[in-house]
Amino acid sequence: MTPLLSVEKLNVFYDAFQAVHDVDLTVGEGEIVSIIGANGAGKSSFLKALVRQAGRVTGSARLDGCDLAALSTREIVAKGIALVPEGRKLFPTLTIFENLRIGQELGRKGDIGFEQVYEWFPVLRERRDSRARELSGGQQQMVALGRALLANPRLLLCDEISLGLAPRVVNELYAIIPQVRERGVAVVVVEQDISRSLAVADRFVCFLEGEVSLSGRPADADRDTIMQHYFGGAH
Amino acid sequence: MVETILNLIVQGVLIGGLYALFALGLSLSLGVMRFVNIAHGDMIVLFSFVLLSLTGVLGWSPFLVALILLPVAFGLGWLLQRFLLQRTVGKGILPILLVTFGLSIIIQNGLLEAYGPNTRKLSGGAIELAALRLGPIDVGVYPLLVFLLAVALIAGLDAFLYRTAIGARIRAVADDPAAADLIGLTSARIYPVAMGVVGITMLVAASCMSVWTNFDPSIGPSRLLAAFEAVVLGGLGSLWGTLIGGVIIGVAQNFGSQIDASWQILAQHLVFLVALVFRPQGLFARS
Ligand SMILES: Nc1ncnc2c1ncn2[C@@H]1O[C@H](COP(=O)(O)OP(=O)(O)O)[C@@H](O)[C@H]1O
Ligand SMILES: [Mg+2]
Repeated sequence: MTPLLSVEKLNVFYDAFQAVHDVDLTVGEGEIVSIIGANGAGKSSFLKALVRQAGRVTGSARLDGCDLAALSTREIVAKGIALVPEGRKLFPTLTIFENLRIGQELGRKGDIGFEQVYEWFPVLRERRDSRARELSGGQQQMVALGRALLANPRLLLCDEISLGLAPRVVNELYAIIPQVRERGVAVVVVEQDISRSLAVADRFVCFLEGEVSLSGRPADADRDTIMQHYFGGAH
Repeated sequence: MVETILNLIVQGVLIGGLYALFALGLSLSLGVMRFVNIAHGDMIVLFSFVLLSLTGVLGWSPFLVALILLPVAFGLGWLLQRFLLQRTVGKGILPILLVTFGLSIIIQNGLLEAYGPNTRKLSGGAIELAALRLGPIDVGVYPLLVFLLAVALIAGLDAFLYRTAIGARIRAVADDPAAADLIGLTSARIYPVAMGVVGITMLVAASCMSVWTNFDPSIGPSRLLAAFEAVVLGGLGSLWGTLIGGVIIGVAQNFGSQIDASWQILAQHLVFLVALVFRPQGLFARS
């Protein structure tokens, strides 16, 4: 069976600087894969490269066998990859509803609609006519996640959705991930917070200076090994 | 005395409608898309000359010609953004200023070369002379219609921008082009649509202006200034504010001209400066 996403020897360059080196990764349908790594390890660059939004990209990335290199971001989103960008990246003067609708318009047809998103995040229904910038950080992150989910992705990419949020809010956000997987959606979760993202993942890879330094199943990896490959050198 | 003042106000309000039409495209590009188009006035003058030539050849009313040209105006705006202005998006304020400044010079000199420096005016036909007696004052039918057209166009654009999905996309891209690109809302596809709409407002303004007042190849920049003042007075991002801004400028000009002819434009600028001091964000800024 071919995996949903298969990445081979992916490199990302910003001019002469190489942020991602020869990364291989596969993600199966309905699988949750966690990417961990220190600040600057290349995690965001990798996710953005999948939707053709990071510098110059070489190597191959395929979604269900379809080569992504030939496609624009728009087409990739329409094919079924949705990114929840680092820093949320909402449209601050647009209402919650308008922000969400843009995700829906750009995505695939599917059964995740406004009702489902409002069920996951009831506060968004209440505040649907508020402007995005009037919301708290946690609520904004819910909009960013909701916007991506409304695109009915086959593969959801989450870039540090817990950043700067209270643990209670993070729990609320992470509670959605298994429910999303139930629908057959694969999820890649990028976090600096190791325990949080290992807890939700089937598999993990650790990035160190743009390369995969370790990969495996959360249950099989002990803390010390992970720390070594997270920070590099003799930690 | 009261009649004179009333008359000055009414005529000022009506000419404010013309200024608002003139400023509407600028209000969109400056207030919503957040870039300054220095060639805004010159592009309208260019449309005026196109109307001049076509009405000359066809012998039709300039309004009919303008109506037929609306899709062309949209296309020109679209092309301009897609192939020229889009290159400056996300590169700060200077490149767009330089590019549109260059465009302004090219248009002015091109028109001068093609048409010479003479002052022109288009004939709107009998409607130009028609007047209504409203109580103690005479109101020109044509200025009244232009004002109503301005109101209708603003209402339509406001609905387009704030009530439709494509309007929301335009505002999204204006909010954050990089964020839009990240989620596949390609800014390079959205901005040209917005500029196409700006092109339509420019053609409408050109047809109304060139029947109402004289124009020549060099008049664009001074018109740009008035439009700029109307937009800033009204508040960036508020199309209705631009109408109010235009009206304030029209009324100020009329009162100024009572003092002395040279005070007409001076009064306009003074009112603008005073308003700027007390309400720098404009009267109806969308926060
Ligand atoms: N647009 C860019 N231009 C140049 N360098 C960049 C750019 N984005 C990221 N980088 C660099 O690439 C490296 C990886 O960054 P990033 O992918 O954001 O890492 P992470 O998400 O793991 O913190 C960093 O050294 C960063 O400075
Ligand atoms: Mg990052």
